[in-house]
Parts: sequence; C-alpha cells; structure tokens
Amino acid sequence: MPVTPVLTGRWNTPESWTLATYERTDGYQALRQALEMGPDGIIGLVKDSGLRGRGGAGFPTGMKWSFIPQGDGKPHYLVINADEGEPGTCKDAPLMMADPHSLIEGIIIASFAVRANHAFIYLRGELVHCGRRLRAAVAEAYHAGYLGADILGSGFSLDLVVHSGAGAYICGEETALLDSLEGRRGQPRLRPPFPATHGLYASPTVVNNVETIASVPYIVRRGVEWFRSMGRERSPGPKIYSLSGHVTRPGQYEAPMGTTLAELLEMAGGIRGGRRLKAWTPGGSSTPMLTADHLDVPLDFEGVAEAGSLLGTAAIMIMDETVDMLRVVRRLTQFYAHESCGKCTPCREGTPWMVGILSRLERGEGDVTDVDTLLDACDNIFGRAFCALADGATSPIVSGITFFRDEFLRAVPTGSAPGHAGTSALATESAVTESAATDSVAGSPDALARAH
Amino acid sequence: MPMTERTRAAARDIIARYPQGRSRSALLPMLHLVQAEDGCVTAEGIEFCATELGITQAEVSAVATFYTMYKRQPAGDWLVSVCTNLSCALLGGEDVYARLSQHLGVGHDQTTPDGAITLEHAECLAACDYAPVMTVNYEFFDQVDPDSAVEIVDALQRGERPVPTRGAPLCTFVEASRQLAGFHDPRPGAVAGPGVGEPSVAGLLIADAGTPAGTAAGAARRTHTVPTDHPTKGS
Ligand SMILES: Cc1cc2nc3c(=O)[nH]c(=O)nc-3n(C[C@H](O)[C@H](O)[C@H](O)COP(=O)(O)O)c2cc1C
Ligand code: SF4
Ligand code: FES
Repeated sequence: MPVTPVLTGRWNTPESWTLATYERTDGYQALRQALEMGPDGIIGLVKDSGLRGRGGAGFPTGMKWSFIPQGDGKPHYLVINADEGEPGTCKDAPLMMADPHSLIEGIIIASFAVRANHAFIYLRGELVHCGRRLRAAVAEAYHAGYLGADILGSGFSLDLVVHSGAGAYICGEETALLDSLEGRRGQPRLRPPFPATHGLYASPTVVNNVETIASVPYIVRRGVEWFRSMGRERSPGPKIYSLSGHVTRPGQYEAPMGTTLAELLEMAGGIRGGRRLKAWTPGGSSTPMLTADHLDVPLDFEGVAEAGSLLGTAAIMIMDETVDMLRVVRRLTQFYAHESCGKCTPCREGTPWMVGILSRLERGEGDVTDVDTLLDACDNIFGRAFCALADGATSPIVSGITFFRDEFLRAVPTGSAPGHAGTSALATESAVTESAATDSVAGSPDALARAH
Repeated sequence: MPMTERTRAAARDIIARYPQGRSRSALLPMLHLVQAEDGCVTAEGIEFCATELGITQAEVSAVATFYTMYKRQPAGDWLVSVCTNLSCALLGGEDVYARLSQHLGVGHDQTTPDGAITLEHAECLAACDYAPVMTVNYEFFDQVDPDSAVEIVDALQRGERPVPTRGAPLCTFVEASRQLAGFHDPRPGAVAGPGVGEPSVAGLLIADAGTPAGTAAGAARRTHTVPTDHPTKGS
C-alpha cells in the first residue's frame, strides 16, 4: 500500500500555515464550489463519500449532519473537537499547526451545510502553539472575507471562535466538551437527548473531530469517486496513522483506510533495534491491545472490530518484546483514574481500585485471585458507567490479561519484586539487563540501551 | 490583587466572543485571564469572574478546581511538564521525570525554592511521535533524555531561555495565560516558531523520496528533506 498524503499534503511546505500558501495550493476553492452547491447538496455529497468520524467512534459524518433539524428557528452550532488527549493520538495537533486553513475551510463548508452561523474550535489548552497558528489563521480568514458577514457575497455569515480548554481529558467526550464550552465542569451529559437536537445552549449542534472536518474541502473539490478510490467499502478515504513507541521512525503516515500494521511498519523502518513486536494499540490507549498475530489486520473500522479491538483514532503505540505488560497496564490505568471526572461510581471508585491491585501485583505482593478480581471489576465497569471513558479504562486490563496472563500471574508472590524502581522504560528487569548488554548502538535514543 | 481596568476591558472582549446571553461560556478563558494577572487563580480572581458573569463564587470555584491548568498556588516562572504516559514512558519519559525531580528536589506540582520552576508529570501531550517530550510553559522540547532535560532546567534557573524544539520562543506563564484567554501573541515571529518536525512529515518524506521535491533541488519547496540514508529513498 502506498502513502497517500492528502490532509498531510501541505505539512512540509515552508510557511504552510499562512493564507498565502493555502490559497496558492488550491485553498478556499472548495468553499466557492460548496456555496454554489447549497447546504443540502453538500450534505448529500458527504453522505455519498462515506466519510466517517475520525475522532474515535467512526460515526458517518453526512448522516450526523442530516440529523440537524431544518427550519426549527433555533440557532445551530458547529463545534470542532480539538481536545486531542487520547494517549498515543498526535494527528490533530500537527494538522492545526501545519495547515490551520484546511480546518477553517472545512468549518465554513460544514457550517453552511448545517445552517450554523456560529462555530467553535474547542482546543486542548496545553496546545498553545496550535492556538497561535489557529488564531492567526482565523484573523486572516476574516480579513479575506472567508469568515464574518456575507461570505464571498453568498449571504451566508459565520463567526468562528477558538476556545482554549484548561486541561481535562474528559472534555474530549463530546457532551462533556459542550458543558465545558458552556463554562461548567467538563462532565458528560445524559443522552438522549443528543447534541443534534440539544447540544450547545440546548440548540442543534454538530460536534466533529479536526481530521473529519479537514477532510471535507478535499471531498468537495475532488469528488466522491476520488475519495472512495482509497480505503475500503465501508471505511473509505485516506487516514492519518500515528506511530509511536518502539518504532524506528515514529510519526504520521497518511495511507488508505485498511492499511495494515505490517505495511505501516515497513514504511516506518520496523521495530526499533531489530527487536520483536510484542503488543500494540490500534487506536489509542482506550482500544484493546493486539499482538504480533494481528500484523495483517486491515486497519479500518470493520477490520479492527473483527480482530476484537477498535480503530479509535488510529494511534498505534508500539511495544517491543522488552516491555513489562504489568507496568504498561498499571501506567495506563493510572491515566484513567486520574482523568475520571468523578460523576459516576464505577469509574470514580473502580479505576483507582484497579490501580491499587495492579500496583500490588507489580510489587510482587499480589494474590492468586487478583487477576480474576481485575477481570471481574472490568466486567462490572464496562457498559455500566456513564460514558465511554470507563469502557476505555477496561481495554488495557482485559486485553493485557487476555494475551499476557502469565505475566500477571508471574508477579504473584515470589518474594522478589519484578519491575522495581530503577528499571526504566517499562522494561522487564531481565530484558533491560539483556539489552543493555547486547545493544551496541552507541548513543541510541532508546532508553532501554541506557538502562543500568 | 484587585483587577485593573485593563483586565476588566479584556473580560468584556472575551464575553463578546460568545452569543448574546451566553456569557458564562467566557468562564474558562476568564480564568486563564485571572492567571495572567495573578499567576494563579486567586480569591480575588474568583470574585472577579463571578461579578463579571453574574454567577456565584461557588460556581466559579467548582469550575476552577476541575481543570488541571488552573493553579491554586502561584506557579514558578517556568512550568516544566514531563509526559510520562505510555509512548513517552516506553522511551524513557519516566526516567526524565525522576531525574528532574531528584535534580530540582521537588515533586509533582511543586516549585523550587528560588521560585523558578514548577515541575509536573503530565499525561499524553499529543506529541507521542516526538517522545519523550516535555514542555516549558507549554512549548515543546522533543526527544529529551535525562541529561538534556537537566541542561534545560539548569539554563532556566540561570535565567536563560533555552530554545524550544517546536513552538514560539519561551514566554512567561503570565504571557502564555493571556494567549490561553484568547489574545494574540504580540511578539513578532511568534506564530512562525517551528510547528512540525520530521516525525510529522514522516509519511510525506516517503512520498517525496524519488520525486523532484525530495531532492536537494526541491529543498526550497520543502521544510524537511529526505535524509540521504533514508532506506525508502528512491525505492
Ligand atoms: C473519554 C473520551 C475522550 C474523547 N476525546 C476525543 C478527542 O480528544 N477528540 C475527538 O475528536 N473525539 C474525542 N472523543 C470522541 C467524541 O466524543 C466524539 O465522538 C467525536 O468528537 C465526534 O467527532 P467525529 O464524528 O468527527 O469523530 C472522545 C470520547 C471519549 C469517550
Ligand atoms: S465513566 Fe468516568 S469519566 Fe465518564 S462520567 Fe463516569 S466518572 Fe465521569
Ligand atoms: S505519550 Fe507522551 S506525548 Fe503522548
């Protein structure tokens, strides 16, 4: 499979973030076409393209837009989810940094389609430099008449505000995001009613991911057939795959939906230091881990689901044979315990409790029943909590135990403590010693080579 | 400290961004604004937000305590955040944090006695392909290791401003907070500070390999070029 740079296409161009560069490379041409097509024409086109949400759940974008009531007399809103925080996910930040105008053009077209005159980019607070680029680009777009009143003489008006969050992973969940944008604690809302009818300020609202909306101008400009020429029947188009962890060349690889990890690893130079693949997440830490047995799974929504996991954000965190699975799972579970918003009991109480058990196992003070207790707890959390954060919290634990059960059991009382403080990089103690002895790459950036 | 007229004017600017009657949406940026005045969320800041927005101080406090970027004590001049989530931990992020903690003699969310540095371990910072990463007042230092991280904080403590790998030149916590409140960075060239490094364009470099753009002649049109030892080059 080839790389197919579309959304990433401008990222390596000098001053790629400026309006001048964007206009020189076809920028804001799709907007002119879209204004001619009319709102229903755009919704139809996006439906036909088969574009699915890139924020994790893969909901069909055109269908989401068509749920917005027409002629209801209420204001409509478009809210861009730029809260990127799912561990392993690092695609929206470079997109906003390198090509903010593609997002802005997508926002104008999508707002026109769903008849919204006010749009917001809810930007993760920590991404201050993305904020600079976005705010500068929004100012340029206003100045050029792409935003504000009567855009390009169409009679359509749109105001766009970049709103920085303040540090809370849960605000990526779309209803928590809306509460946060309304100036409240970012806690999820009960659904139904759905944001399509009762979203921001209880008005019809579309929430879409950055990558989703940035895809729209290309679909408008190049057409449904072009979009569907990439990817698979039910998951068409290009996708930005983010590779991180124990890989030779970590980074963003945009390729057709359905590309496999084997193919991606070939592009990225394979596993670091010639080691073997042990485990990987297909779509961020909330998606169940897979193993070397899944190298040829097509990475689209259907393919990954058939393999028992989820495509999520296509954030592939790669772990080689040296990692201690117990430490990995403990660290990820700590993340969920820290980020639990506290609204519901299974998640608020369950996640720290599971951290406790995992830490105990790691210290070698576990009990033979601990592994089953963990699975039992996950069983009681999954599907029983208020939002999907808690479902995600069970993913590393359940998949870790499914594939590496012996590592969890191995830690049951032995007197000695595997993975004690002082070892690094989530490596098993023996692996560290081994690789420190055998790794000859001087000054290797791989921490495993430096471990003492 | 009591809020100045300039701050009140800034608050009105923020409120004006949101639809009529929806001023409460201004609360998050206003809390950033308060931090830009006071260095943290103070009692006066909470009172200020409550008064300007016509909500209770309890409502403001409930929000201020929910989000990690709002600090209850004055942060040091430099907020040093080390990512210890998985992709960074796999490449030594936990070692970087441990070393800084030992070197500075402070733990998570604590400030050095000279008031220069507040250290924190952070969750995934959406830069996993640059792991291990740390940020200083939210500008990125990529692919750090314990030694380079110590050099960075030493420079900060000497009063220097090391240059981030990506982002604008370092600005103070107060200045960053003002930008978080939605105001432009007034420094010339700030927007142009590097945004993408090689990992962001890893796939593009493969597409470039063997094409004119990927060669030295095409370099003028490219920020990054295919390294000559790139195995996919020309293949
Ligand atoms: C805990 C949690 C965190 C999430 N974080 C994000 C995020 O950072 N960005 C994002 O686009 N979607 C995130 N989502 C998914 C959103 O709820 C929502 O499905 C998405 O923004 C819809 O956009 P899309 O249809 O374009 O994918 C998260 C969901 C959950 C449960
Ligand atoms: S599952 Fe967790 S994050 Fe979601 S509402 Fe419940 S406590 Fe909050
Ligand atoms: S895990 Fe460190 S930036 Fe994502």
